[in-house]
Amino acid sequence: MNVTLPIIGGSLIGLAAVWLYLSLGRIAGISGIAANALLRARANIWPVLFVVGLGLGGWLAYALTESKPIGVIAEGQAVWLIAGGLLVGFGTRLGSGCTSGHGVCGIARFSKRSLVATITFLCVGMLTATGVVFL
Amino acid sequence: MSLTSNLSALFGGTIFGAGLVVSGMTDPEKVLAFLTLGAGWDPALIFVMGSAVVVATLGFWLVGKRAAPLFDTTFHAPASTALDGPLLGGAVLFGVGWGVSGFCPGPALVGVMTLDERALLFIVAYGVGVLLFEKLVSPRLQPVVMQAPSAVDG
Repeated sequence: MNVTLPIIGGSLIGLAAVWLYLSLGRIAGISGIAANALLRARANIWPVLFVVGLGLGGWLAYALTESKPIGVIAEGQAVWLIAGGLLVGFGTRLGSGCTSGHGVCGIARFSKRSLVATITFLCVGMLTATGVVFL
Repeated sequence: MSLTSNLSALFGGTIFGAGLVVSGMTDPEKVLAFLTLGAGWDPALIFVMGSAVVVATLGFWLVGKRAAPLFDTTFHAPASTALDGPLLGGAVLFGVGWGVSGFCPGPALVGVMTLDERALLFIVAYGVGVLLFEKLVSPRLQPVVMQAPSAVDG
């Protein structure tokens, strides 16, 4: 397996999180930023701009690496995407964070909450994905 | 918010989005290949998260030496330390949703804006999930758990 791109990509994610903390003093938790962009854009516009940046950066990286995945819904996949979206939307708000906020920023800040949350969603995610194979 | 702050957020998002694509994590099949144990297991996500955590740990430590961020008067890191039901319940629900779809919020948002139709469907349901929480659960949570919008962990 080639680990170069995962390590470069991961480092960029880390750098982006550090930049947001250095410049705005904010934690780069995507679920929190997305909720603020969706519900409270009038109070603060920066979360909207961060989300726009995600798309911009995605476009740039796809253009440079010429690696865009097909991105088509496979047969029988729609129900999993809908169920997943509902659970991830609700769950990340209830649990105050996702892979970025807890998994990257929280652990980097030595937050016990984030460490526990990350271990929990990683284990449950593995159990679920592995279990779904047998359905 | 000043123009500098807004441009900083745009720049941060751009680097983050590029990192997600370069790392391969915007492809839900690749994420599911990590989450699904057994033959064909793909450890790539460990290297992505590992390198992100190493860089962020070092960076947060250095930034923490400052009295304030560049374009604000104070840092907004979450102060809550409680290992409570909402944290654990939320992490479990998120884990199940992640495990069935292969999407977490960041890659899904990148996917929406790069016209991945799997991400488009996911994010519509995601928005409904966020709104359901906001309407049904958020008002009932104790104030100590429910933090100001600016202070959520992630």
